[in-house]
Amino acid sequence: MSGVEGFMYPNEIELQWSVLIVLYPFITGLVAGAFILASLERVFLVEAVKPTYRLALLTALAFLLDAPLPLQLHLGHPERSPEMYFTPHSTSAMAMFGYVYLWYLMAVLVLEIWLDYRRDIVILSRKSKGLLRLIYKVMTLGSSNISPRSLAIDEKVGWVVTLIGIPSAFLLHGYVGFIFGSIKANPWWSSPLMPVVFIFSAMVSGIAAVMLLYMSATKMRRKAIDMRCVDTIAMYLFYIFIIDFSLEMLDLIHRIYEADESFRSLNFMVHTRLYFSHIVIQIFLGTLTPLILLFLTQVVKLTEVLRKRVYATSGCLAMIGIFAMRWNVVIGGQLFSKSFLGYTTYKMALVTREGFLVAIGLTILPLIFLWILVKLLPPWPEQSLHAPAPGD
Amino acid sequence: MGVFKDAGHLFRFTGLFVLAFLAFLLIRGYVVPKTFGQYGHYRAAAIGEIAGRPVKFAGHKACEDCHTDIVDVKMKGKHAHVNCEACHGALAKHADDPTSMTPTKPDTAVLCARCHTASAAKPTGFPQVNPADHSNGVPCETCHNPHSPAIDGGGAK
Ligand code: HEC
Ligand code: HEC
Ligand code: HEC
Ligand code: HEC
Repeated sequence: MSGVEGFMYPNEIELQWSVLIVLYPFITGLVAGAFILASLERVFLVEAVKPTYRLALLTALAFLLDAPLPLQLHLGHPERSPEMYFTPHSTSAMAMFGYVYLWYLMAVLVLEIWLDYRRDIVILSRKSKGLLRLIYKVMTLGSSNISPRSLAIDEKVGWVVTLIGIPSAFLLHGYVGFIFGSIKANPWWSSPLMPVVFIFSAMVSGIAAVMLLYMSATKMRRKAIDMRCVDTIAMYLFYIFIIDFSLEMLDLIHRIYEADESFRSLNFMVHTRLYFSHIVIQIFLGTLTPLILLFLTQVVKLTEVLRKRVYATSGCLAMIGIFAMRWNVVIGGQLFSKSFLGYTTYKMALVTREGFLVAIGLTILPLIFLWILVKLLPPWPEQSLHAPAPGD
Repeated sequence: MGVFKDAGHLFRFTGLFVLAFLAFLLIRGYVVPKTFGQYGHYRAAAIGEIAGRPVKFAGHKACEDCHTDIVDVKMKGKHAHVNCEACHGALAKHADDPTSMTPTKPDTAVLCARCHTASAAKPTGFPQVNPADHSNGVPCETCHNPHSPAIDGGGAK
């Protein structure tokens, strides 16, 4: 049997959860992380990160729209997925997740973006022509009231929505961690720390993603990068990364010290089949290297150019590290036999429905969504629109 | 009343939610089967529908009445506990009226490999071979009697 070593139960030889299920928590993590960065400005009043506020919201929306697609492609009967909503199953964590997703999409993200952009949408609906005008008109919901009073109300409501949004973002991604962490039969997953680790790693990847998107988009638009903003983001990235790393190490040390009946098997797996993706990519390349780089920016006075390079490098490495973490959780949890007597291998297909090319496509798709959203709702601070003269 | 006027757009947004919820309820009323949830988290009418399906398998006892010769051979061989229909497929129709359909002979290259191809997941005590090495494309029944497969058991043709 190809790739099998020792004894596997029949249903363990082929992995049921493919690279798309790796992609899924990675993408929802970016959503939660980007949203939390946005809430820094809104709720925690970190003025410096304001230039990324709207971009972070649009990033969260773009990735949230992409998030269910890997799951749909994984399902044998995707057309049956709405049944999850029609006949809710209250004791199934996975089934209830549909509601969490919908709540977060509609009641938090779309509402917050709409409130924040309402003034722009109304102005754009007056300025633009043709189809665009129609789109903006629909987006105003037929109300063009942008009096100072109404905008003040939006501001207050938006604040409340963000406040509700923070626990919702935690819920969205904590839930993904919970689904893994609550699988009693799988010792690689079953840990109450799982949701917490997922949330903090989500924040790391989301913040890194928005930072990278902001830097590259600003470069492409040939504008100056707001260094105060990027410095602040990098600082938060550093702190949250430390918490994330500590939690992961806590989990690891706890497992090593506890050394329960699964330990020998998992230990062997980490030293053989998962060595490259776990020790080399996730811990050394994707966590320790960016942490050291970010640490340098905090203690040494570097020039602006150098800082930008360090931020870009550590941002990319952090994303790779978090992706590797999702990979090691999802794929790693299926490589060993629940009898602890054998190991299998994951062979990624290339062009199948759950193959490599589809995974690449689903990674690029949110960037296309984001591009459309940015065109439709410009998030750049210097493009703030002026209302037409009174009497309009 | 100015507050209500200036918050009008929020009522529109809320209205959108209410509309979406009503649409959801409406669709739900149409697509969820009437008997869903009567006994549990499934469609109760499915029980009757499944029970009403024609029986496809006749069971070992049915074959024994007519194919006594084969049953006698099989009883003594290693396949004693393998059901006839595990190899021949569902034959309720044939057992009811043998002349109505004559079962086709199974293709042993596919059939035997299904159970005997070596795999790490099978208990070590279970007889297993790698068909390509073991018979190299020669049909299994050339050497093994399907009804009493052991070579040394005197079952060989
Ligand atoms: C009522 C008696 C009867 C029962 C019960 C019965 N069979 Fe038969 N079976 C026959 C007869 C008679 C033939 C020969 C039919 C023919 O040649 O057209 C036959 C033919 C066959 C053949 C094909 C033989 C060949 O030469 O190709 C197979 C295989 C077979 N039966 C299997 C079964 C199995 C398995 C069962 C149990 C599910 C079963 N039969 C139940 C009477 C029966
Ligand atoms: C391990 C699988 C297997 C089982 C179990 C099995 N058969 Fe067969 N049977 C075969 C195969 C394969 C052939 C075809 C042999 C050939 O092509 O020469 C066959 C042939 C037959 C034939 C055709 C006559 C002959 O001897 O070739 C009859 C009748 C038959 N089986 C009846 C039965 C009955 C009745 C039972 C249950 C008591 C049964 N079989 C159990 C595999 C099986
Ligand atoms: C439905 C599954 C199944 C199919 C199909 C099947 N077998 Fe078997 N086979 C068994 C079982 C079960 C045993 C008994 C194993 C034991 O005694 O532990 C067995 C035993 C044997 C043995 C005995 C090995 C020994 O220890 O001497 C041989 C040989 C064999 N089968 C060959 C075949 C051939 C040839 C075919 C195709 C005609 C076939 N089997 C089809 C399940 C199957
Ligand atoms: C050329 C004759 C020949 C053919 C064809 C053949 N076998 Fe065998 N097979 C034997 C002999 C001889 C033995 C017993 C000696 C041994 O154990 O190697 C045997 C043993 C077996 C055993 C028992 C192995 C064990 O470890 O107890 C199984 C199972 C088996 N064969 C399955 C098959 C299957 C399945 C096919 C068809 C793909 C097949 N054979 C085709 C000659 C054959």
